[in-house]
Amino acid sequence: MDNHAIAQTHDAHAGHHAHLPQHLHHFETEEQQREAASFGMWLFLLTEIMFFGGLFMAYLLYRNWYHDAFVAASNTLSIPLGTANTAVLIGSGFAMALAVWAAEVRKKGLLVIFLIITTLLGMVFLGVKYVEYKEKFELHHVPGANFDISQFVNPPATARDQQHLGVDMARKTEVYFSLYFAMTGMHALHMIIGIVLLCLLIWRAQRGDFSNGYVAPIENFGLYWHFVDIVWLFLFPLLYLINIHPGR
Amino acid sequence: MPKTTYINKEQGILSWLLTGDHKRIAILYLISITFFFFIGGAFAGLIRLELLTPQPDLVSSDTYNKLFTMHGIIMIFLFLVPSVPATLGNFLIPIMVGARDLAFPKINLLSWYLYVVGGCLTLAALVLGGVDTGWTFTTPLSTHYLNTHIVTAATAIFVAGFSSIFTGLNFIVTIHRMRAPGMTWFRIPLFCWSNYAASILMVLGTPVLAITIVLVALERTVGIGIFDPTKGGDPLLFQHLFWFYSHPAVYIMILPGMGVISEVISTFSRKRVFGYTAVAFSSVAIAVFGFFVWAHHMFIMGVSNYSALVFSLLTMLVAVPSAIKTFNWIATLYKGSITFETPMLYAFGFIGLFTIGGLTGVFLGSLGMDIHLTETYFIVAHFHFVMVGGMLMAFLAGIHFWWPKLTGRMYPEGLSKLAAVVTFIGFNLTFLPQFILGYLGMPRRYHAYPPEFQVLNVLSTAGATVLGVGYMLPLLYLGWSLKYGAIAGDNPWQATGLEWQIQSPPLTENFTEIPYMDHEAYDYEWLANKTKHEVTTVG
Repeated sequence: MDNHAIAQTHDAHAGHHAHLPQHLHHFETEEQQREAASFGMWLFLLTEIMFFGGLFMAYLLYRNWYHDAFVAASNTLSIPLGTANTAVLIGSGFAMALAVWAAEVRKKGLLVIFLIITTLLGMVFLGVKYVEYKEKFELHHVPGANFDISQFVNPPATARDQQHLGVDMARKTEVYFSLYFAMTGMHALHMIIGIVLLCLLIWRAQRGDFSNGYVAPIENFGLYWHFVDIVWLFLFPLLYLINIHPGR
Repeated sequence: MPKTTYINKEQGILSWLLTGDHKRIAILYLISITFFFFIGGAFAGLIRLELLTPQPDLVSSDTYNKLFTMHGIIMIFLFLVPSVPATLGNFLIPIMVGARDLAFPKINLLSWYLYVVGGCLTLAALVLGGVDTGWTFTTPLSTHYLNTHIVTAATAIFVAGFSSIFTGLNFIVTIHRMRAPGMTWFRIPLFCWSNYAASILMVLGTPVLAITIVLVALERTVGIGIFDPTKGGDPLLFQHLFWFYSHPAVYIMILPGMGVISEVISTFSRKRVFGYTAVAFSSVAIAVFGFFVWAHHMFIMGVSNYSALVFSLLTMLVAVPSAIKTFNWIATLYKGSITFETPMLYAFGFIGLFTIGGLTGVFLGSLGMDIHLTETYFIVAHFHFVMVGGMLMAFLAGIHFWWPKLTGRMYPEGLSKLAAVVTFIGFNLTFLPQFILGYLGMPRRYHAYPPEFQVLNVLSTAGATVLGVGYMLPLLYLGWSLKYGAIAGDNPWQATGLEWQIQSPPLTENFTEIPYMDHEAYDYEWLANKTKHEVTTVG
């Protein structure tokens, strides 16, 4: 007996007219259930915007106040790694969009494959982030007791930016790195939560939970994953490209 | 009593702890917030006891700091914010809009568990030695100078914040997507409108508090420098972010209470709420204006004169929708058939005390007055008039009003009227002297004061004792009524809401059949016709 038939016997037993086993009985129709889930997810993303909004507000303020320090600190980030990571994340988002499509056309095999690709690319992103964080630790660019400003006062010959900052302004690079770690750290935390959820979805997908047209969890997770991507698309230029001026 | 209700449908403790039923989750919330209310109240009692004499004799200044901090944190985050929405809102909103449950029952249960985790963390911070920053976590005091359990308390608030985000999210989706056929936006009861407005604030404001409190915790633990002036950070930014949530938070606390008052006033004056649309939109207006007044908490903290001017003006504007509500309630009473049941007594208490609390808020919103009054007992009296005189009165009005629906039994009428009167007298005796104390210059948050302030402080402490009795009484007689109260019947108040047209206590699925809403809210003629029709059919 396929899933559809099981669903019908189940519902005949319960005396309802629903078609899907995932239909919850406090909803009058499946459409109402799907709309509610999607609306709820959009609201949740709204709370996420407000959550990151506090950090962006702080960024706006301090970038205006300590512009030179922000430029100098931003120059120590690796643009190739940042760009590569942006591409990886966009690729992951694309795989997720394909996963939603695969769920909608009820192709279980494809759905599982696309979800795995999404997960792997997410992990690659975190791996690159690890390499970048590690370098910051080695250079003592992590805020706290060991923070070192010497590179900004007397830049080594190898540095991309040869501008000397006064000690006062150089110390403000710690504000930049506080924001850098808070913002990319919060973003990475969202990625990690996303990857945990993806593993759950992969397990449920190969079990066949989304093979009968019930795609709300995939769709809603897709919204979350794209949101996390978009946050990065703002973080990348704001943190890495402060001193890049096209056409100059 | 009906044979099958949501209370006895399933038995056993697990059927409650794993329930998805919005009504059972409301009861779980009611028990937990009552627990924290009395803990927070005990701290208030100790504060008032210390202030009985001018000398610091009962507790040390450090302990006193911890007392008012724990009082604030528990009362605000663990009692006032969830009070009406998580209990009465949870129980009633699905029924009022004609649905079988909230949109996301599992998230609703998760919200209660998050509340419990937040509550336990607060208790942990308390047992480990307390927190002494004040509930406002002011930086750099909280990040650099104090050595108490601030990170534990911050985590507690972060977690409890998510419980309130999930409640708000559930309400918004339910009111948008789950309304019964015929239940248009202007047919839902005003209780739903005001909870809807509060939910918007919860969903948009709370995340900002969450990130702010995370940054404070990171600053304490790993030493990032976003609010730290020694590293170039700005403590004023903390104030902006904190009050961006914490001012709207007072509307999260008061709006659901206003919804209760609309229901109670209409029912006991047997009239449709005057200016339904205006009252509905004034809730939304409070939510919108509420987001643009936060800097009035910062007039003496170095915000520029121009922004102070603008925020002062906006603060006065937010008084307008509150006044619309008050005038409409009074207009509802005009020529109504008023009766004085207990919920109505509390509602009258609300209108009077909230008006005083609101108007003194306008005093504090005007720049010149604020310089004189801020950080004095005038502030303490002002927000206790709004939060205790307003919100707690509304909460008790609502608990009494819907108690027959929650439990199927009536509370004892005589005792409850006595409790309402005792609460009102005790409240005024406690907080009216504090207005005078504040105006005369007694600062808040000190455990000693000049001897000339003693008479007024003794009055205030005496009032707090009376108030304590006023709050203990309902705890006792409502508990008693669970077993011995008279059977209430479906609609003891002859009220019009959908919740009164179903059995008390309701079925787990609320309605045997989803209702069709073919009349306005508060349509007493419809109710009279319906009752007549039922009588003729039965006869």
